[in-house]
Amino acid sequence: MAFIDYYKILGISKNATEADIKKAYRKLARKYHPDLNPNDKAAEKKFKEINEANEVLSNPENRKKYDAYGEHWQHAEAYEAAKQQQQKQRQGQGQQTYYQGSGDFSENDFSEFFENMFGHARDPRSGSSVKFRGQDFNAELQLDLKDVYSTHKRTLTVNNKNIRITIPAGVENGQVIKIKGHGGKGLNGGPNGDLYIQFAITNTSKFKRDRDNLYTTVDLDLYKAILGGELMVNTFDGKVKLNIKPETKNGAQIKLKGKGFPKYKKEGQFGDLYITFTIKLPEKLNEKEKTLFKELSKLR
Amino acid sequence: MDTQNLISIQQFCLHYNVPKKFISALQDYDLIEIIIVKEEHYIHLTQINEVEKMMRLHYDLDINFAGIDAIYNLLKQVDALKQEINTLHNKLRLYEDF
Repeated sequence: MAFIDYYKILGISKNATEADIKKAYRKLARKYHPDLNPNDKAAEKKFKEINEANEVLSNPENRKKYDAYGEHWQHAEAYEAAKQQQQKQRQGQGQQTYYQGSGDFSENDFSEFFENMFGHARDPRSGSSVKFRGQDFNAELQLDLKDVYSTHKRTLTVNNKNIRITIPAGVENGQVIKIKGHGGKGLNGGPNGDLYIQFAITNTSKFKRDRDNLYTTVDLDLYKAILGGELMVNTFDGKVKLNIKPETKNGAQIKLKGKGFPKYKKEGQFGDLYITFTIKLPEKLNEKEKTLFKELSKLR
Repeated sequence: MDTQNLISIQQFCLHYNVPKKFISALQDYDLIEIIIVKEEHYIHLTQINEVEKMMRLHYDLDINFAGIDAIYNLLKQVDALKQEINTLHNKLRLYEDF
């Protein structure tokens, strides 16, 4: 367990006054607070360090103990008896403040170093027990494109707890959904945090997706391209028969309305499927075919 | 109007131990919407998360109401930009894979 220099974290000297500590904490908290840096893990980590430093240094008793034993925290055990006595006193005080403490924060957010020296998270505001909202959890869910073609339920295990969630059809790669109350437990009766699930959607199909539209290429033989005809093509949910117009050009694109991907949270609505034709020329022509092509070329 | 999904401001302030003028100030800055039913003032349950966040900004970080307003506008812009980046990433993937 490494020693943590709380003064360094707050950027203050060892003889900083209480006002200096408060000022330094506020300045850094405004920079790294989770509410101001949503989904920024680096800022969240930094904020926890700042909060922990403030917990220790803004409390004169803790600061004294830290200053005396900080670098030799192993000797802090000698304080154990005194600490237990203090805890009893605190339980007796018990005034409750109901507004939440510093955002996404829970007991587990304190370092091992802090836990060893001071036991558990405490509110720097003298003796009150603040209700802390639980930590928000972030999880990534890997799905295949076909998994998000229809709305379905799925059971996830987050921190050894099974959660059954509904995955709406049409969810996007990289999209984040919030599951309220499924984050870390609140402290002192505070509300639980939320669970944020980010979707990582892999696409192994022949279709490329842009929001709710799908794109694909279909090979078309020369004769059908020139003369027209019927062609069976794959869409995401089955085959459809197309009427190919005579003289269809290479690279021509058609739109199949409503044959794309489901629109997110718009039940029964779909995007479009765009099909681009790639005309395949006949290979290994026999003599008769060559002759006929020559004749054709003379007509032009 | 049905008050099932509403929480009275009086109840909210009592529960969170915040003065009513805090909620009034948020309304003055158009940061929240107050619903009046039979002369009783309410906020919608869906707004509670946001009000909690504004409480943290105000009480923990000492940010005044004009500051909260500015932060919210900037956070909205950040959110819109993140969504745009995500859409562009997905679009880029479309061309990279072809």
